[in-house]
Amino acid sequence: MLTRQLTWLIVTLAGGVLFAAPAALLRRRAERLAAPLLALLPLAAFVQLLAALPAVRAGETAQVRFDWAPALGLSLTFTLDGLGLVMGLLISGIGALVILYGGAYLHGHPALGRFYTLLLLFMTAMLGIALSGNALLLFIFWELTSITSFLLIGFEHERAGARAAAWQALLVTGGGGLALLAGFALLAVISGSFEMTVWAAQAAEIAVHPLAPAAFWLILAGAATKSAQFPFHFWLPNAMEAPTPVSAYLHSATMVKAGVFLLARLFPVLGGLPLWTPALTTLGLLTLLGAAFLALGQTDLKRLLAYTTVSALGMLVFLLGLGTPPALKAATLFLVTHALYKGALFLTAGSVDHGTGTRELPRLGGIGRAMPFTAAAGGLAALSMAGLPPLVGFLAKELVYETTLTTVAPLLLSALTLLANAATVVVAVWIGWQAFWGRPGDRSLHPHEGTPGLWGPPLLLALLGLALGLFPSLSGGWLIAPMTAAILGHSVNVKLALWHGLTPMLGLSALTLLLGIGLAALRRTLQPRLAAFWRALAPFGPANLYHRFVHGLLSLASWQTGLLQSGYLRIYVLVIVLTTVSLAGLTIILNDVPLTLSPWQPPRFYDFVLVGVILTAALLVTRSRSRVATIALLGSIGFSIAVLFLLYSAPDLAMVQFAIETLTVILFVLVLYKLPKFSRLSSAPTRLADFFFALTGGLLMTLLMLLVSRHTSDASVAAYYAANSLAQANGRNIVNVILVDFRGLDTLGEMTVLAIAAIGVFSLIRLGGKAGRKQRAVTKGERAK
Amino acid sequence: MTWLLAITAGVLFAAGLYMILRRSLVKILVGLALLSYAVNLLLFNSAPLLPARPPLLPPGNGAPPEVYADPLPQALILTAIVISFGVTAFAVVLMRQVYGTLGTDDLNEMRCTDVPCEEVEIASEEEQMEEPL
Repeated sequence: MLTRQLTWLIVTLAGGVLFAAPAALLRRRAERLAAPLLALLPLAAFVQLLAALPAVRAGETAQVRFDWAPALGLSLTFTLDGLGLVMGLLISGIGALVILYGGAYLHGHPALGRFYTLLLLFMTAMLGIALSGNALLLFIFWELTSITSFLLIGFEHERAGARAAAWQALLVTGGGGLALLAGFALLAVISGSFEMTVWAAQAAEIAVHPLAPAAFWLILAGAATKSAQFPFHFWLPNAMEAPTPVSAYLHSATMVKAGVFLLARLFPVLGGLPLWTPALTTLGLLTLLGAAFLALGQTDLKRLLAYTTVSALGMLVFLLGLGTPPALKAATLFLVTHALYKGALFLTAGSVDHGTGTRELPRLGGIGRAMPFTAAAGGLAALSMAGLPPLVGFLAKELVYETTLTTVAPLLLSALTLLANAATVVVAVWIGWQAFWGRPGDRSLHPHEGTPGLWGPPLLLALLGLALGLFPSLSGGWLIAPMTAAILGHSVNVKLALWHGLTPMLGLSALTLLLGIGLAALRRTLQPRLAAFWRALAPFGPANLYHRFVHGLLSLASWQTGLLQSGYLRIYVLVIVLTTVSLAGLTIILNDVPLTLSPWQPPRFYDFVLVGVILTAALLVTRSRSRVATIALLGSIGFSIAVLFLLYSAPDLAMVQFAIETLTVILFVLVLYKLPKFSRLSSAPTRLADFFFALTGGLLMTLLMLLVSRHTSDASVAAYYAANSLAQANGRNIVNVILVDFRGLDTLGEMTVLAIAAIGVFSLIRLGGKAGRKQRAVTKGERAK
Repeated sequence: MTWLLAITAGVLFAAGLYMILRRSLVKILVGLALLSYAVNLLLFNSAPLLPARPPLLPPGNGAPPEVYADPLPQALILTAIVISFGVTAFAVVLMRQVYGTLGTDDLNEMRCTDVPCEEVEIASEEEQMEEPL
């Protein structure tokens, strides 16, 4: 039953890919219908997931598997468990709303079709992550989300800022992706499989394996870059260059949670490592606190929200790091809560931008009367963000405090969490209250409410947050329990309630609120000071480090390209010669090639004569400055070699060499006076250096030839040709038979090469006439001037 | 003879490399020719050198003679000679054309036909971005 539902989900996923491209066309044909029609796809996935919820809640899981490349361990394994299901609900549910919102937000935008295409592709990839059971498959979806995120951040690619931000996000998350792949590979080396269920089953062996810490760090690097943990957090605020629906969907509700999701997914595998808790809690706390106070210095609504998103992601990593059942419950509840309120707030920020033309907090204020629905959505979401009852944010905050109070350092951890939470409250007050009902900062704004597409989706998300809070047993039992059970590997009992009595948690909640509201009132003094403080610190921040790194990399690339691709032929030749000589020399040395050379046989008299002619001519030709002499010297070398061939049993070679040599000499003589003179252009030191380089090349060749000829060559090939020459090819000249018969096809290739060369020569000569005339005309014209 | 031939080929290689490293266009051509001679000798030397034992089958039933030169390197060299002629012919005409068009035979002056000669600025879109912490 559940398996069938999973199969249908996979079909829906495939539908997402299939419909992605035509989505662009649909938009052009039916502008109004496009968004509702396309939203049907995520809605279908949402309904299917909901239908699977009862079975999953009862503890069932499903797995569907297609072997793709079994030799690589790559099979398309899809699993459906509580964690993936709730994640999938968020992805598909918010996805449908964002498509509806996007249609209204980007109404009339020329590239709206592209927006739909990319959004659908992203959604498919993200659902793929949630449902993957195979690490390699997960990695593919993971990278797909990075790529679609890149394209969506750079959606308005006309702006340099958008391009740079897209590039930065891709480099950071892509780099992390590589680390992740390496981590997966290590785990596969340890366990012999890429299936995550196999990993979980072997968790005990993996935990003690010496490679496990390396795998852990690599996977953590992948998760930390994706989920914008310190020090990789800087790409997320910059990603706000994307259109607001994208920020809401990718960069707060879903994609940035992929890292957290992965950590939760691998908790059964790596959670047992002693490194897990210290590494994750430190990382999470740093991110949580740092980003919370970075947020307070921001004035742009989206950046403000982005930094609190980073902070929330830090909280999630921190909770996962603690790894206790209450911590995991808190983490899962907070994940769902955050997706709902932050998605709503981002969409609200987009609507405010749409209705007023600005996102600058100091300019906003008092726009709630003109934009009542937007104000309601924003206010409700902000209440959840601040953690006020009866919203779901309150439940999450209570759980967080309950967790921190039961850790080894309850006081310290609770205090730190309280600080960060108070900063979150500040932001919630600024956005939910100040922007809509506060003293107007800029009276020249003319706020107006947008179409229902602009306030409906955020309002729905905010109401959902209210509903989940009003029915705590429902959200606890149906969402949080299955999710936590999937992470822990056994069923858990989740009891959420709005009223626990007068507990320390309630006191901490109240304290958080008081502190937050108090700080929020100080906005006019607090914000500029914090902004100035962070600006002063920026040169030492990781963002600047990243810039330096990228700049350094580009400079290095440019430098080495200039070095190797200098445009000077001699440099290219030198690189080739020196590389060959050093590598061949190194091979001879490293492989201990025995330097027993072939024995010296006394040459005959005419050998000396021929070799003498060749050597003399070769030396003279390098010094010659006369074209006629050069041709004569080259000819004498060629003819001497022909005679050598004749003497040493190669009559065919001798004949061909004679013929070709004659042709070459004729060719040279024909074009001789069209060629430039032999000018000496290089300086004496260059010539000397080249002499030595050339000498090493020559020496290597001599050495190689002596080494090679020490071996008697395997004569079996020759014997085969000799035995079959007459019998099969009816020829007595073995060389000829090889060329025209045994290796006839090679000869055909050779003839083709010659034909192409001939065509080249012919066309160059034809062209030469024209180009020459043109050149002459140009020179004449210049002279006339 | 193997030694003598190896040294000869080495010298031809060195001379060819030296010529190909020159800046003058025509010298490159000479270098090419020298290199192809050297390669042919290298191939020729890869089998034992036997005087007066051509790889021909005697008249009769076609049984190969007792001792004969290896036909394989010869077939390879035959191909190489012809191809190198093609290369040389093409190179000669190409160089004539280049000389006619560019009006120079100095390879250093032809540098700008290959790489952009003005210094390329590294595009620094990065710097247009606000620097957060």
